[in-house]
Parts: sequence; C-alpha cells; structure tokens
Amino acid sequence: MPAQLTELRVRDVTIKLHRGGQGPTLLFLHGAGGVPQWLPFFDALAERYEVLVPEHPGFGGSDDPPWIRSMPDLAMFYLDLVEEAWLDKVHLIGNSLGGWLAAEILIRDRARFQSLVQLAPAGIRVKGVPCGDNFIWGPEEALRNLYHDQSFADRVLALTPDEAQMDVMLRNRFTVAKFGWQPRWFDPDLEKWLHRIKLPSLVVWGDDDKIMPPEFAALWGERLPDARMVMVEGCGHLPHVEKGPLVAREVLDFLDGVRS
Amino acid sequence: MKLVSFHLMPYRPLDLAEAAKHRSAWVVLPNQLYDPVKGAEEYARHIDALVYAEELGFDAIGVNEHHQTAYGLMPAPNLIASALIQRTKRVQIAILGRALPLVNNPIYIAEEFAMLDNLSKGRIIAGFVRGIGSEYHSSGTNPYFSHERFHEAHDLIIRAWTEPGPFAFDGDHFNLSYVNLWPRPYQTPHPPVWIPSQGSSETVAWASDPKRKYPFLVTFSSADLVARYHNTYRDKAREYGYEAAPGQLGWACPIYVAETDERAIAEAGHAVETLFNDFLRQTFEMLMPPGYTSMSSMRNFIAMRRGLGGGRATAAGLIDSGTALIGSPKTVLAGIERMRERTGFGILVALLQFGVLSDELTRRNMDMFAAEVMPHLRG
Repeated sequence: MPAQLTELRVRDVTIKLHRGGQGPTLLFLHGAGGVPQWLPFFDALAERYEVLVPEHPGFGGSDDPPWIRSMPDLAMFYLDLVEEAWLDKVHLIGNSLGGWLAAEILIRDRARFQSLVQLAPAGIRVKGVPCGDNFIWGPEEALRNLYHDQSFADRVLALTPDEAQMDVMLRNRFTVAKFGWQPRWFDPDLEKWLHRIKLPSLVVWGDDDKIMPPEFAALWGERLPDARMVMVEGCGHLPHVEKGPLVAREVLDFLDGVRS
Repeated sequence: MKLVSFHLMPYRPLDLAEAAKHRSAWVVLPNQLYDPVKGAEEYARHIDALVYAEELGFDAIGVNEHHQTAYGLMPAPNLIASALIQRTKRVQIAILGRALPLVNNPIYIAEEFAMLDNLSKGRIIAGFVRGIGSEYHSSGTNPYFSHERFHEAHDLIIRAWTEPGPFAFDGDHFNLSYVNLWPRPYQTPHPPVWIPSQGSSETVAWASDPKRKYPFLVTFSSADLVARYHNTYRDKAREYGYEAAPGQLGWACPIYVAETDERAIAEAGHAVETLFNDFLRQTFEMLMPPGYTSMSSMRNFIAMRRGLGGGRATAAGLIDSGTALIGSPKTVLAGIERMRERTGFGILVALLQFGVLSDELTRRNMDMFAAEVMPHLRG
C-alpha cells in the first residue's frame, strides 16, 4: 500500500506526515531514530486503519521551534495538533521515545483518544535497573544493541547513508539529546500520573531489549489502569520492526477488542 | 610575551596497558586503577613543579578542571589554586578554567573565584570553559543546553562580581532572588577572564566582542589551526572595529627543551605520545555529545576526523604539525617566533609536564626553558 508524505502545519510549526490506509485514525509516534522509512508494520495496520506517522518537531524534515524544550512541551504540541487536525477517537501507538510522548500526552488530556499501544516505551524507570547508554555507544554498537536478531543490524550496516541521510541522523540525535539526556530517558513527574490514562492499553516488550530493560514492562503494567502485557521472545527494542507481523497481529487483535 | 606555566596533573602511575582495554581514559576508566598512595604523591610533585615556576620567573601558573579521568586530577581546580596561593608570593594563578555549564548554581563559582582573588590579593585569572564533551557524560549535564548554560552562567557571574547586591537574577536555567556576593573580588572590576577553547567560531565571535575582549587560548591544536583561530579572532575584532592586542591571543602547547633536538625527542617523545594517545583517548561519542557544538561545527568535525583517520599520534607527527614544541632552545624558540609572526599572539601557555614525563625531566625542562628560551621572549 503506497504511503503518502504530506505536511501539516500547527500554529507556526510545519511537520512532515507520512500517511497510509483508510479507516479509524491510528497515530504512531516514532522513537529516537525518526521515520527513515514506511515500515511493513504500518502497511499491516493500514489495511484497516488510517495510519498517521508524523515526524516530531526537531526530527527528520520537520521544523524545530526553539520553544519546544522538553517532553511536556512536545506533548502539548501534539494536543494542539490533534485538535487542529480535527482528529478524534484516536488510537495512539508509541515506540520508545514515542511511547514516552504518548504517555505525556494522555496524562494531560485523553479526550480525543480511544486506546494506547506502547512498544518498549521510555518515560519511567525502575531504580537500580539502568537503561542502555546509546549516547556513549559507537554507531555500530548502538545499531547492534537495537536488535536481538543481528541480521537486522547487518542489513542496515550494509547500506551507506548519503549526506542528506547523515544530516537527518545528526539532527535526530541532537533532538533526542534535548529530550532524553537528563534525566536519562524518563520524566520524574510522569509515573505518578499514569493512572489518568483510563484507556484500554497494550504494552509490548522484547525480552532481549538492550535499551529499555524488559524489567520496566511490569511497572507500566502496574501503573496503567487497563493494560494487557505482551512479552515478545527473541526480540530487541523495536518489536514492530524485528517482529513486525507478530506485533501487527497483536495490535490488530487488541484494537478489535477495543472497538467491539 | 606573557608566560604561563600550565599543568594538567595527570595520573602518571596509570597502568597504560590495562587502561587501553577500556573504551577511554575518561568517564568509564575504572577508578580501581587509581592508587591513592601514589596519587597523593602525584599531587605533591605536581604542585611543587607549579610553585617552582614562580622562582623561574613565569608570570602565571595555570591549572584546569577535568572530571573522572586519569588525564587530570583536578575535578576542583580551585582547591589546587588555594594551595598554590599559600606557597607563592608574586605569580598570577590562572584557573583555565572552570566549566560553567556543569554546575547547577554558578554563584558558587563566582564566590570561589572571589575568595581566591581575596586570598591572593588579586592574583587570580578566571578561565571560563564549557567542559569537554566527556564531562557531559560524567556530570549528566545535557549537552544540548551547554551553550545556553555557559552564557547565562557567565552573565550571572560577571553581574555578581560587578553589580551592587543584593539583586535578583532571572534566567532560563538559573533563577536567584538574592545575588549578593560576600566577599566581592579583590580586583576591580573583577579578575581577568580568559577563554580557553578548541576554537569554535561561535566562541571566537563571543570572546572578541568589544564588550568583553576576552583573551582567547587555543589549546592542543596544530600550528596551522592555532594560526587560523588566532586570525579568525583578529578578523572578528576588525569587524567589530578594533585591532586585537597581543594579550588577547593565547596558545597552549606542550613544550620540551633539551640541549639538542635529538636529546629532547629521546627524553620527551614517549611522554608526549602518552598525552595524546593514552590520557586524551576518547571516542567520538564522548568528545562530541549531541548539541555540544552547533550542527555545522559537528559536521566539520566529522569531516575533519574522516580526513585525519584514526591511528596513534607520534612524537614526530606532533612536532611536524607544530602541535608540540620539542627540541633545542633554538628549535623551540623558532616555533614560538614563527607563530608570533603569523598571528602576533602574546600569551604562551606552556605545558612543561605532560603525559608520563618524570619529575626529573620536568624540572630539567623548566630550567632549560627559563634559562634559554624565556629571556628571548622578554625582549
């Protein structure tokens, strides 16, 4: 299914928006790597949903307004976006930094949202269980630590990014540091408000996630009022990439349950 | 020419082979490799060397701040400065510098410098730096806001030193209802501020601004780069409508002097290699955390590294590129004079101990520099 790349303007900020499929709105919030491509996982969802994959301000080809300085700022930006784009009954999916963002949005205002899917989200932590330090890892090490199955990393390493792609990677990295460097990958004021996300939720985690430890999954399960938990075997930090078909099936099953 | 004898206070007993097994000599080098008994002796010897520089006629002695590394044992350089004040009479003491963005309340830096300035009756030179990339890992400070925090901390410190208190400071990163320094600095309006830097264009433009005219020290770069940064500063000053004075341009450089070039290289070659290969060893990710420099500076840096390639520095290479001055008095003097002709710089920050260089050779180097090189720079 061909995806479209469009632009969306919210107040003074223009962002890139990838979209595909038709049906109820499914908003996917990407993680630290941005949206280098439209994934088979999006196609699977686009068979029954209108899948919207925006590039966050500061990532990829989107604007980077100086007033967005923190994850709460980014969450408020998305609440503006959802209102201005007249989105409603939105199913929200987030991976990693995007999962953190999804939670920041929903603790503030869940009125236009219907469900939440979290794929190895950042945002909260378990004391004594450190995240992987992908800021200190070298490029190959960081890439390898994203996956359980190293053939995924091998395939990416075989490609040589061009200058434009290198620039986007550099830009994404700057923005990721802005949001996630300190405290590392979490907001101290997030966990205590997760009870406000009174929506059906699905939490998916790879059992070999070297960035967000799988130990964090249980805490999400405890704090979210209505969460189903799925631990994916033999999977790293990007379950929707590494186990795309399986995760798509889990997500679609879950969403069927929400709608029925 | 103003002459500064500068020291990094490296931990020389470091097991270099063991250290090489780790990612870097910074941040993650296990501190079990530090032996406090040997380390305490290192402090004593390094302080002796700095104090000796006064006797030899240097204008200033210099220390600096680095964290969680064998490269330098001065996470709190003001503690060393305080010790140096008690053991010296005349010499200026340059702290080159304190890393402003790394602290959560820069008032403490303003206070400490003011104390040192009083304790020394006005012998303090205050260096302001951002800290190197690795320190954003070891302190947890967000590199994305490094420039903002530096500028804001700088403004706060200068105002604290110069404006009658109490007053309120309203910043984005720092907010204080009462800024009211006790003690105030001894020097009027405040201790001289120097800016050691790797030469980013943003820093040059800021330091050379007529409001500041801060001396700009280029550290550990090839002679060509030093000349380029000095001349960028000069050009910037001309754009602002004035001519940069020699005292606004500084060069920090490892220097070793012996009777002949051969002897100098034989005595100091290995030591200077350990400085660059072992003690300074950091990965790109440590050195350049995202946001620490502008995107364009980062791009240039990546391109430059690609050009240079990896590989270990050699004494010959460091000498050829003018990154280190090692040789006979004539050779070393010629290197300094050549730079003076190219840029008209007026502050030489001489690193006379570096890497594993022993106390004995350090002392000999200092004596020889003072006897054979220094007089020619005074004319």
